[in-house]
Amino acid sequence: MAQTLTQKILAKASRQAAVAVGDIVTCRVDLCLLLDSGGPRRIWPRLKELGTGVWDPDRIVLCTDHFTPAVDAESAAILKLTRDFAAEFGIERFYDMQGIGHVLLAEQGWLEPGMFAVGGDSHSSMGGAFGCLMMGFGAIEMTGVAVTGEIWIQVPDTLRINWSGEFGAGVAAKDIMLFLCREVGTDNAFRVLEFGGDTVAGMSMAERGVLCNMAAELGAETGVVPADDATLAALRLAGRSPAADALNWQTDAGADCLAVHEFDAASLAPQVAAPHSPANSGPVVEHAGTPIDQAYIGACVGAKLEDLQMVAAILKGRRVANGTRLLVAPASQRAYREAAADGTLAAISEAGAYLLPTGCGACAALGAGILAEDEVCISSTNRNFQGRMGANSAQVYLGSPYTVAASAVTGRITDPRELLA
Amino acid sequence: MTAVISGRAWVFGDNVNTDVMAPGLYFKSPMSAMAKHCMEAVNPDFASQVQPGDIVVGGKNFGIGSAREQAAMALQYLGVGAVLAPSFGRIFYRNTLNFGIPALRLPADMIIEAGDQLHVEPETGRIRNESRGTACAAPALPPHLLQMVTAGGLMPYLKARLAKENRDGR
Repeated sequence: MAQTLTQKILAKASRQAAVAVGDIVTCRVDLCLLLDSGGPRRIWPRLKELGTGVWDPDRIVLCTDHFTPAVDAESAAILKLTRDFAAEFGIERFYDMQGIGHVLLAEQGWLEPGMFAVGGDSHSSMGGAFGCLMMGFGAIEMTGVAVTGEIWIQVPDTLRINWSGEFGAGVAAKDIMLFLCREVGTDNAFRVLEFGGDTVAGMSMAERGVLCNMAAELGAETGVVPADDATLAALRLAGRSPAADALNWQTDAGADCLAVHEFDAASLAPQVAAPHSPANSGPVVEHAGTPIDQAYIGACVGAKLEDLQMVAAILKGRRVANGTRLLVAPASQRAYREAAADGTLAAISEAGAYLLPTGCGACAALGAGILAEDEVCISSTNRNFQGRMGANSAQVYLGSPYTVAASAVTGRITDPRELLA
Repeated sequence: MTAVISGRAWVFGDNVNTDVMAPGLYFKSPMSAMAKHCMEAVNPDFASQVQPGDIVVGGKNFGIGSAREQAAMALQYLGVGAVLAPSFGRIFYRNTLNFGIPALRLPADMIIEAGDQLHVEPETGRIRNESRGTACAAPALPPHLLQMVTAGGLMPYLKARLAKENRDGR
């Protein structure tokens, strides 16, 4: 019987010939991503309480990103504990202050088509860009994984989301996701978003990462882009050797999907989500002219090399508006280096932007750049929940890197197409 | 976990997210400090007035957002007896059960207002609203989750599993 990609991966992970939607299965975890936030600081005391260690250090990837760099006694202690954990349990794939975990997994090529992976952070869904099933969980549940290497899953439905056509200038994968938060909604537990269509086939791995990352905003179990030649090329570039059957991990023709949505990328305008939900989105014109105090480029979803290049394309030869600040926190040290090498950082810096360290930063009010009462910010991050980036009365709008950069130039929410013309 | 959980209803709207339950600004603080800010943005009285055993009644997609377990831990710290909602954010749903708090899917036609006296039976899913004289049945938890919640959550469950593996000589 025809199966979805999700069913096939969960059948393999649970060592069954086939699984049906709704089945509750116990899955073996191929890869476990732990971060400084919900990782060792929350898991290690529980391991001590249980009198046990981790099931397999070679299946764990550990990154510091939420509390980097240390700014006070608490964050310093959290980072030290994370380093001690890596040493104690012999975790070789430990990336300390190298960038945001979800981006590092992609850069390092640690994910493969057909894998079942878990992470202690909701945006772990980003891993689905590699044709695997990667889901986010809380630290308590990651404790269970760390001890047993297993986790229960109720086999989810699949929502197939197809995009066709080419983006217009100034439109990016982020706009797709802000649009989908509104059109498909954010109440999608027990559903996987499977992305397809010629627009997605033509996307870079970084753009595919944006789609899967923000599956979390739609409330989905995760997002996935089935593997193709671009997936394999990215893995080889990272020095990995994808399995011979890697491209077999596809949804069968005729497999039962809950729904199939078809959208046209060519007619998509840049999108902006108004406070306090990513689903509160619409074409940028609906909010154009709203004055902003801060523009923020950051987070796993919005500060990769390609995102920084979008910002530079807008800023080149321009200045950030007086009375507005543009803060830029690259998603990884590699993105930082590559943006420095190709002139991207110079264009951003010359425009008057303020460069911040790599890491999760202000996205979740943990690092530099948090907002005061009543301040207005437009951000390339993935969430604008009330209070998320600081004060409860702060107003956060979400947009693509193009839209955030264009708004920084004018000091008001701005359609980036006006500056690209 | 007792067979019947009884308490007053605290009613919240649709799409209440985990940032609201556990604001990132207090992430580095102990739970005793963070819990004071639980739900602050949507109901500033909740954290100071909720009583042990009280029942949180959410709207659609309750607990959407991040994986932060502090959202469920704050409710546990405040003594919340059960969480009812027509639908849940996926990680929050799991976290709540993992901390031993029953999370049940509330039938859409069941009316509950703030302050109503509720009685919830996690084992059967039966929910009784004493204040309105109404009752309904939520879908019961799958057996493996009921077993875990009854044990007090994932940690007691893991302890029991490890003890059994040790006994069995693994």
